[in-house]
Amino acid sequence: MATLLEVRNLEAFYGQTQALHGIDFSLEDGGITTLLGANGAGKTTTLRAICGMITTSGEVNFAGTPVMGRKTEDIVRQGIAHVPEGRGTFDRITTEENLRLGAYTRRDSAAVAEDMETVFSYFPRLRERRNQQAGTMSGGEQQMLAVGRALMLRPRLMLLDEPSFGLAPLIVQELFEILRTINREQNVSMLLVEQNASLALSLADHAYLLETGRVVMSGTSEEIASDESVRQAYLGY
Amino acid sequence: MPTRNPADMLQIAGIEMVSWRRIWLVAGLVIAIALPFLFEGFTVFQLTRALIYAIAILGLNLLTGFNGQFSLGHSAFFAIGAYTTAIMMDRWEVAYYWTILPAAAVCFVAGFLFGLPALRLEGLYLALATFALATATPQILKYEPVAKFTGGVQGLDVFPDDSPVSFLSNDQWWYYFTLVVALIAFLVAWNLVRGRTGRAMIAIRDNPIASKTMGINTALYKSLTFGVSAAFTGVAGALEAIVIQFVAPDSFTFLLAVSFLVGLVVGGIGSIPGAIFGGLFILLIPNWADQISQGLSWAIYGLFLIGAVYVMPAGAAGLVRLVTMRLAKKPSG
Amino acid sequence: MDLFLQQLFGGLATGAIYASIALAVVMIYQAIDHFNFAQGEMAMFSTFIAWQLLDWGFPYWAAFFACIVISFLGGVAIERIVFKPIHNAPVLSHIIVFIALFSIFNSVAGFIWDYTIKAYPSPFPSETPFETTLIGMHQLGMIAIVLAMLGAIYVFFRFTSVGLAMRAAAANPVSARLVGVSVDWMLALGWGLAAAIGAVAGMLIAPIVFLEPNMMLGILLYGFAGAVVGGLTSPGGAVVGGFLVGVIENLASLVPFIGSELKLTVALVLIVGVLLVRPFGLFGRVVVNRV
Repeated sequence: MATLLEVRNLEAFYGQTQALHGIDFSLEDGGITTLLGANGAGKTTTLRAICGMITTSGEVNFAGTPVMGRKTEDIVRQGIAHVPEGRGTFDRITTEENLRLGAYTRRDSAAVAEDMETVFSYFPRLRERRNQQAGTMSGGEQQMLAVGRALMLRPRLMLLDEPSFGLAPLIVQELFEILRTINREQNVSMLLVEQNASLALSLADHAYLLETGRVVMSGTSEEIASDESVRQAYLGY
Repeated sequence: MPTRNPADMLQIAGIEMVSWRRIWLVAGLVIAIALPFLFEGFTVFQLTRALIYAIAILGLNLLTGFNGQFSLGHSAFFAIGAYTTAIMMDRWEVAYYWTILPAAAVCFVAGFLFGLPALRLEGLYLALATFALATATPQILKYEPVAKFTGGVQGLDVFPDDSPVSFLSNDQWWYYFTLVVALIAFLVAWNLVRGRTGRAMIAIRDNPIASKTMGINTALYKSLTFGVSAAFTGVAGALEAIVIQFVAPDSFTFLLAVSFLVGLVVGGIGSIPGAIFGGLFILLIPNWADQISQGLSWAIYGLFLIGAVYVMPAGAAGLVRLVTMRLAKKPSG
Repeated sequence: MDLFLQQLFGGLATGAIYASIALAVVMIYQAIDHFNFAQGEMAMFSTFIAWQLLDWGFPYWAAFFACIVISFLGGVAIERIVFKPIHNAPVLSHIIVFIALFSIFNSVAGFIWDYTIKAYPSPFPSETPFETTLIGMHQLGMIAIVLAMLGAIYVFFRFTSVGLAMRAAAANPVSARLVGVSVDWMLALGWGLAAAIGAVAGMLIAPIVFLEPNMMLGILLYGFAGAVVGGLTSPGGAVVGGFLVGVIENLASLVPFIGSELKLTVALVLIVGVLLVRPFGLFGRVVVNRV
């Protein structure tokens, strides 16, 4: 398979503190890769660095084009959809308007309408709530909206930052099922950041383990899941 | 041994920050005391007014800087303070120095009562409510039934006694009188924000919902802060009436409230010494602008304002903080 | 009763002035999430530009549209030049810059065109087709233009993707960038549109109050009040709010002990009263805060 995303020697600073110490990883087209690690390991920072939300140094290539140092909105136009930490839905506008915003960069309005139907077919709850202000919906519905909005971009790559955060286990299960379907049916590659390592490994095919801003281990999900130290530290059995 | 703030232990040129702060305080006081002998009468008079504005800005700062509420109406409390003094002196011939505290008290009550309903409003809505207060004040002062006390459009003349100290001119005397009141006001404000009340005020500014759950009576504290803030500004108004020896409704328009706001931001929101810089700024810069070009003086004032925001986005106090951070080093050894 | 009707219609006529400026206020509020104190002065300056064009012999509508375009570009330029360097400064610093712009526009207009009042023509005929003395033709035309602008703004925000993007950029800039919205340009666009609406308002107001650098002083305050009463998130509410303020102000002067001296005060007290009952304005969307 071809490489979709390649990250080389990525470094990031918050003020004086170095958050990333030269991270390398790559992601295959059509695959799901997860970044694991404890709080403060640099997972969220990595996602933010990829889409230019923070100043960083290093190299990020997306589908063969370098995107490092470009504006966030330009990187998004390349086909990278970011579902940020805390969902980032627009509270004061409706579900449908949120979805329309997801397709803001696209000019093919017929296809956009089609995609909205697709999103509603994945998340029927959103159809029921299409005219409701996003800020008044439950956490699970907002997370679905965030994923749906990302999908409206017709992205090649989706960056998911803790999609399970604060959701009930049943909702999480449902959401991850849908993510798997989206990956398969829409051919959207995913870079997933999760605290819940076993959940992430069940979805992803590749995994990287981050500790204090460095990659300390990488491999297929099976390899990582069967590693003794990972099991003890992150999977808890 | 009590734990010390590590920031206080940083050093510039081998002297700790705490000591530097004391050095500056003493130097500032010495300069403040020496000023009336270095300048002519009119300049001293201007400096007195700058000090008065500083007290008013300090009042606004307690509200905006430490409690996060926004007011375009502080010209009203300034007016109430000024008129309290003027009416007491005009009607009942009270000596000027006995009018300062009553002015503060009247303004506290006015501020508290205004704060009670106003605290339901936030941001721009509060701005509008306070703006209404600022606009209404000159009109009410001119209103027929009230005019018998306020003198209506003509205003009131105030005749304070001459300087009681033979070697001080009247201008110098008013300067020192204002300086003493200002020092007391700054001391009170400083103690207030450092104590329990101050912590509650700041907590409400930073996270109103959390402070409510911590058992802070936000409604009460917000109204109280409004009252205290109004009281400071009222004291400034009282001093203004004494120093100018005249009050009239049209000196207390909305533009005065805007001036206070400018002084607050330029001095530094949430900084107590910043108020002094703010007071000097709003008094001196318009004068300078006028000297540069009469026809375009307000355009030049505007450019000064934009320049001030560019150079000091966090006000003069923020700039000072930035410079000391650059200079400061950890103690060696 | 006649007097009442007279004041009512008089109130509607002044209300149209407030409503037009309230629209500009809401426009900028949607774009930058706060209120521009210099809005009125910008509108005044635009009107002077139109006056200058007329003075040079341009026909009315040519000057009208040229003025709108110039104002739009001017608004964009102000955002790009003056506000771009201080995007991250606190809100109060922005307010200080608004105040600075206010005094700059006022002073420069006075310097170029001096402070004597100037007549400004109305595009409408001077006589009403219906036999009434209650309201003039210019006022009627003005109400129509305000309503047309309102319709255009409504369509823009509700149905165009740029309008939607503008609302998103104001409400949540970080997320807006993540869907590919160029937040910086949205801000500039918002400034441009607000300046253009302000220009229309100024050109409509000028025939009534006469053109001079301080013409907007009081009007902006009422316009602001109207916008807040109606709800800053609702262009329609702002127009209704503007009319309400005009009517209340005029009717208040009929009450014996208030008279014209206190009518401003009464209007403002009523406004604050409305806000106490409906803190987000009559038509404003209630913001739900999840904890």
